[in-house]
Amino acid sequence: MFDVPEIDYLAILPLIIVFAGGLIGCLLEGFLHRSRRPNAQLWLSIVTLVAALVAVVWVARDNQGITAAGAVTIDGPTLLIQGLVLMLSIIGLLAMSERLGGTNPDAFTQAGVSVPGSVEEADAVRLGGTTTEVYPLTLLSVGGMMLFPASNDLLLMFIALEVLSLPLYVLSGLARRRRLLSQEASLKYFLLGAFSSAFFLFGAVLLYGYAGSMRLDVIAEAIGTQTVMDGLLVPGILLLAVGLLFKVGAVPFHSWVPDVYQGAPTTVTGFMAACTKVAAFGAMLRLLYVGVEAARLDWQPVLAAVAAVTMVVGAVLTIVQTDVKRILAYSSIAHAGFVLTGLIAMQQVGASSTMFYLMAYGFMTIPAFALVALVRSAGSEATHISQWAGLGQRAPWMAAAFSFLLLAFAGIPLTSGFTGKFAVFAAAIANDYAWLAVIGVLASAVTAYIYFKLIVTLYFGDRKNDTVVVTPSALTTFAVVSGVLITLGLGIAPAPLLDLAANAAHFLR
Amino acid sequence: MSDVPWLSILLAVPALGALALVLMPRGFARAREFALGVSLLTLVLAVLAALQFTVGSGGELQLTEVYSWIPQFGVSFALGVDGIALSMILLSVILVPVCLVAAWNDVPADGTRRLQGYVAWMLLLEAMMIGVFAATDVFLFYVFFEAMLVPVYFLIGQYGGPDRARAATKFLLYSLLGGLIMLVAVIALYAEGPGGTDGFLLANLTGLEIGGVTEKLLFLGFFIAFAIKAPMFPVHTWLPHAATEARPATAVLLVGVLDKVGTFGMLRFCLQMFPEASRWATPVVLVLAVVSIIYGALLAIGQKDMMRLIAFTSISHFGFIVMGIFAMTTVSQTGSTLYMVNHGFTTAALFLVAGMLVARRGSRLIADYGGWQRVTPLIAGTLLLSGLSALSLPGLNAFVSEFMVIVGTFQRYPVFAIVGATGVILAALYILLWYQKIATGPKPEEVAARTHDMSVREKFVIAPLIAAFLVLGFYPKPVLDLLEPAVTTTLQHVGVTDPAPTISAEGSEG
Repeated sequence: MFDVPEIDYLAILPLIIVFAGGLIGCLLEGFLHRSRRPNAQLWLSIVTLVAALVAVVWVARDNQGITAAGAVTIDGPTLLIQGLVLMLSIIGLLAMSERLGGTNPDAFTQAGVSVPGSVEEADAVRLGGTTTEVYPLTLLSVGGMMLFPASNDLLLMFIALEVLSLPLYVLSGLARRRRLLSQEASLKYFLLGAFSSAFFLFGAVLLYGYAGSMRLDVIAEAIGTQTVMDGLLVPGILLLAVGLLFKVGAVPFHSWVPDVYQGAPTTVTGFMAACTKVAAFGAMLRLLYVGVEAARLDWQPVLAAVAAVTMVVGAVLTIVQTDVKRILAYSSIAHAGFVLTGLIAMQQVGASSTMFYLMAYGFMTIPAFALVALVRSAGSEATHISQWAGLGQRAPWMAAAFSFLLLAFAGIPLTSGFTGKFAVFAAAIANDYAWLAVIGVLASAVTAYIYFKLIVTLYFGDRKNDTVVVTPSALTTFAVVSGVLITLGLGIAPAPLLDLAANAAHFLR
Repeated sequence: MSDVPWLSILLAVPALGALALVLMPRGFARAREFALGVSLLTLVLAVLAALQFTVGSGGELQLTEVYSWIPQFGVSFALGVDGIALSMILLSVILVPVCLVAAWNDVPADGTRRLQGYVAWMLLLEAMMIGVFAATDVFLFYVFFEAMLVPVYFLIGQYGGPDRARAATKFLLYSLLGGLIMLVAVIALYAEGPGGTDGFLLANLTGLEIGGVTEKLLFLGFFIAFAIKAPMFPVHTWLPHAATEARPATAVLLVGVLDKVGTFGMLRFCLQMFPEASRWATPVVLVLAVVSIIYGALLAIGQKDMMRLIAFTSISHFGFIVMGIFAMTTVSQTGSTLYMVNHGFTTAALFLVAGMLVARRGSRLIADYGGWQRVTPLIAGTLLLSGLSALSLPGLNAFVSEFMVIVGTFQRYPVFAIVGATGVILAALYILLWYQKIATGPKPEEVAARTHDMSVREKFVIAPLIAAFLVLGFYPKPVLDLLEPAVTTTLQHVGVTDPAPTISAEGSEG
């Protein structure tokens, strides 16, 4: 007999909205004339995301619980991560839609399937081809990201992982300029992502062998009571962790990050860097805090070592980079280490500090990449650090905003970066990981070097280059301004959001 | 006492002034006048605030304000001053307008945002200086301590000399490293305290008696940051570079006020929160202080660049201040705190007069000068006067404090006091040799023809500083009355009493 599981549709309403929006977007691709698609898709996506956000705040929040036969948990951390993913994807999507006066989003090629430099590509450009499929792709990816931290079942978690990843592989390959680099990035991301998915799946299988179920609550129960297949537990956990650590770009699973971040369309990189990280850490919280918390003495030291190595490698490799996108890529690796520092602290404070750091990081990353996309030289993006020299004089507001975001990355007080770092280091110190906090501050000092070198270049460098900062439309402006304001707000008055994170940090088990 | 939030107002006025300057349209012509007005308003407000301060009521904090800020972290927005903090705030608000006038022609008003940015950063720096001295919450102190780096970084890096970018980065990385080490100590300190939503208040963190290795590690976390800031040997190497590349006005604020945060922090945080560890570290700190005194002085003698010379004299002087603080007698600490005020004025005069010379000759090298008492007698005269103040001539300000530091140190550590006192002799050497090379000798005719003596603006710059020399030199009593109760309270927290005089009771009064 097969019982139809009861599903609390109100609790998963945000997910339904996003997936439905993505599917409608696919239909629009097929039925709408290409000249009308850019606007229609943009509006559809924004409305979908806002509606989902509203649903998270007003509907799902009042319908928390474990539903769908124990596969989906809608609780505080889930809702916070979902809300965060939605907000970040709204500003990320706005930045992606920047047209710079054209009729199509500027960052994307008009013919993703054609060979770069081929006749087909030239024809597509001449005939006004569009790449509006990026909107449904983004929505589907967002849906996966929202499902990822809600999964209470390893199989569902795996499905969510794939749903969020596959559209990202495609998005990475759609850059309009330097298409070969973009396609290479896409392929690299796909291959390594497939590897890590395999690791994840293998880990899930081992845990199934150990506990007899893929559900996290059953696994949690089995730990400590089950002794027959004990040897499967720790390898299973670590293999699952490999899959998740790959997604957040932790060392030693980070080698894809710089290449993909550099090759992907810049605004997609921003979206990917912020949202994927949020979702993957959300899933990691769920897995480690709910599923295998009882076995933490086995995995905590491993993750602590990963956190330490991630911070050190990320920081040290950042300082030798000469490309702005690669600098931000390596810095995102270091930031993953900082988040891990908070995460392994366990307890409520570990979860709340992790989530707060993700908030802070997300809202500084998307605007930073959106600003990088505006710096142009001879029509294409100028990302070499020398091309940024002297921009402070020519584009004072852009330079001021970017410098402020760099200060936040460096963790200077009165920015969200500092509050976030304080939160994770405080959590680590309170839970006997003071040595990790020490490594963390030293890594911060190292990364500060490159951020300030960038500021030096912006302001103090000579200006002998043809780099220009194009004037963005309201879309990018909104994304950047809101990101900067949130970064400042979380630095000056973080109390309400810290409260929110602390209150949300209760897992339903 | 009074319900007016004086310190918050003091903090807000320059900060808002800086914000207004940024928001004004590009090329705002009266940026300098506006900034000067704001800084003078701040000065008036600071004097009014100081009048609310009751001198006779012991060493406790006054003008206190406490608001909850980030209760989740235990952080309050808490301000308050004792005599030491108040005197440092007064020093800052006096020096800022002086520096603004001195920096009048540093940046041309060329219709861009450069000039606005310059004075706006100065005002923002003033706000942060007030904040760092007034903070009575350890977290808040840390926030100002770190955030302060940003304006200085831009002041040096954007407006300094040819090698400014490197100097600014070096300054920043040094300070940031110290600050981040302190951050770990700050967080760990909270765990040692009572915790709760106001667990970072200084009042909740003094007298904890942490003890053991923890206290020593925490002490080191704070002390390293302060030693870098101060700067002490062997972590002083950023200062000469930064002071040389910065504009003279920036150098004044950097060395005259900002570096005092280091010694101020030692007094207020290291000694009061970690008394046991402070006593444990005293011998090493004293050795480093004495090394700073002698080493700074010797290097100052050997300098060819005026700005570097002044920077090294400061390292020597900071050695005295730290020696007085860690000798832990009432006299030595009162001397040190007075020294902090005096050194601010003396260094300001030295940097600004040297800046006037550089502006005329276009060179920082001492060898390019000679015979300038015949070219610019007023400037040469003020240089001599400032120099005499720096070498602690009796009757000028620094003498009182230096004497008190040495006498006070002698009460407990005679050897250190004697070795340190040789720094006084070396001071005479580096100052007088410098003056001799600059001012005496034959008149350089070709330079003299196109060089003017001090302008009216420059007289306005130098007059308040010379007035400070004389007042503090002849009648330091009001300032001492302000400082001494705070020092007594500090020593009570450390649990140290003055050693009983063994020979006779004379000479313990500065």
